[in-house]
Amino acid sequence: MTSAERYVTAAYLVVLGVLLAYLVIYAFKLSRLEREVGELAELARRRKEGPA
Amino acid sequence: MNYLADVGTLARKDLRLELRSRDTFLSMVLFVVATLVVFSFSLPAETVAEASYGLLWVALLFTAILGLTRAFAAEREQRVLDGLVLAPCDRSAIWLGKALAVVAFLVLAEAVALPAFALFFEPVTWELVAAVALADLGLAAVGTLLAAMAAASRARELLLPLLLLPLAIPIVVGGVGASISDEPGQFLGFLALYDLIFAILSWASFEYVVTE
Amino acid sequence: MSTSLRNNTAVALAVAAFVLLLGGLALAFYWVPDAPLEGFRQRIFYIHVPVALTAYACFGWAAWKALRLLSTRDQRYDLESYTAVHMGVIFGILTLVTGSIWARTSWGVWWSWGERQLVLFLVLFLFYSAYFMLRYSVEPGPRRASMSAVYALFGVVLIPVSFLAIRLAEGLIHPVVFDRDIGSNLAGSQLLTFAVCLAGTLALAGALYANELTGKRIDARLSELREALE
Repeated sequence: MTSAERYVTAAYLVVLGVLLAYLVIYAFKLSRLEREVGELAELARRRKEGPA
Repeated sequence: MNYLADVGTLARKDLRLELRSRDTFLSMVLFVVATLVVFSFSLPAETVAEASYGLLWVALLFTAILGLTRAFAAEREQRVLDGLVLAPCDRSAIWLGKALAVVAFLVLAEAVALPAFALFFEPVTWELVAAVALADLGLAAVGTLLAAMAAASRARELLLPLLLLPLAIPIVVGGVGASISDEPGQFLGFLALYDLIFAILSWASFEYVVTE
Repeated sequence: MSTSLRNNTAVALAVAAFVLLLGGLALAFYWVPDAPLEGFRQRIFYIHVPVALTAYACFGWAAWKALRLLSTRDQRYDLESYTAVHMGVIFGILTLVTGSIWARTSWGVWWSWGERQLVLFLVLFLFYSAYFMLRYSVEPGPRRASMSAVYALFGVVLIPVSFLAIRLAEGLIHPVVFDRDIGSNLAGSQLLTFAVCLAGTLALAGALYANELTGKRIDARLSELREALE
């Protein structure tokens, strides 16, 4: 690979890299959201059965 | 003409307060002279003359930041800004009054700084004076608005330079260009354009910065 | 607020980005011929310029949402404006990195003050980074939303003013760079490749924006729910 090819590929890879990093961060966020929804569903269920 | 009367009152209030304590103005003057002296030690001997003009503009910029940091300090300390906002005047009049006061402070500080610069470094041309005047207007316009934002934040003095410096870059370009270029006209014109655009923008949006 | 409709735009944008970007990249690497003067390294153009234009588009979108916030006082525009600025900064950083790589291939240096686009993006990066500092140091609420909106509007006005300043600074303050091969005299095939890549990058930004906005909205809703239940 010539030096020019190396650099051009690097540029495209950087863009791809940032996108993949975004994807990873988002995966973490989604799992956190899922956990929170679970907790809130639990709270809601307890409330429904609660003061009975 | 109620609006202009309000502006006048507000500007005079700031100037009168300053006249009594004189601390902002004195700090600005001392700061700019001290900075110029520091600069004289930071440039190597064979530096081209034009570099010192660049340094003058940096010094002026930071002096302006110093003055602006104090712009709303008094109001903040006595929670007066809320009162001002409730006052039956157009909010933008607060901005205009404050900005005019800032211009006055800047001009006073530069009345000392420019002769000092001429003494220590390079002669002061008419283009430089014109550029400084135009820059004062731009810095005061934008700086007053940003100072109001910073005053509402937790970070205060730290935030204002962060907000102002990127916006001040065109002013520095205009100023330095007018100082060293063979065609200062286009740079002065650019400074005037900057002033016009950002003064209108600041005037129109100040209301949104100080109210909910 | 129909959530299903919003999901559809996000999905549509993601699919569009997938198709257009993959297609564009294929065109850029396999179809388009080498540029006559610069050779292979010119292909960076097909990622660098679309990313830069997308960043501008994001900042413009943020300013539009900011304007809507100020005129309607509807707080939902605050989140939209903020997310758009966030996208703009991400693409801005990408512009700086790809631009730096391009500078390296063209002139052998990683940075050049003579390269207008790079310098402009540096100034904008500083400006919009301060946007985040502003948001972090003010209590959340309508006041912060208004201030952020005003600042976002200042940003979009700063773009042409800075560009003008940088142009004026060229030669006198910053060095002049003569090798200005950006986008002048594009051949048909190059233009098509560029257009596809641009559309793809814009779609990508839109898809990311929609995604992030949904995520933030869910966050807000969950906080509300939590407060209601606890």
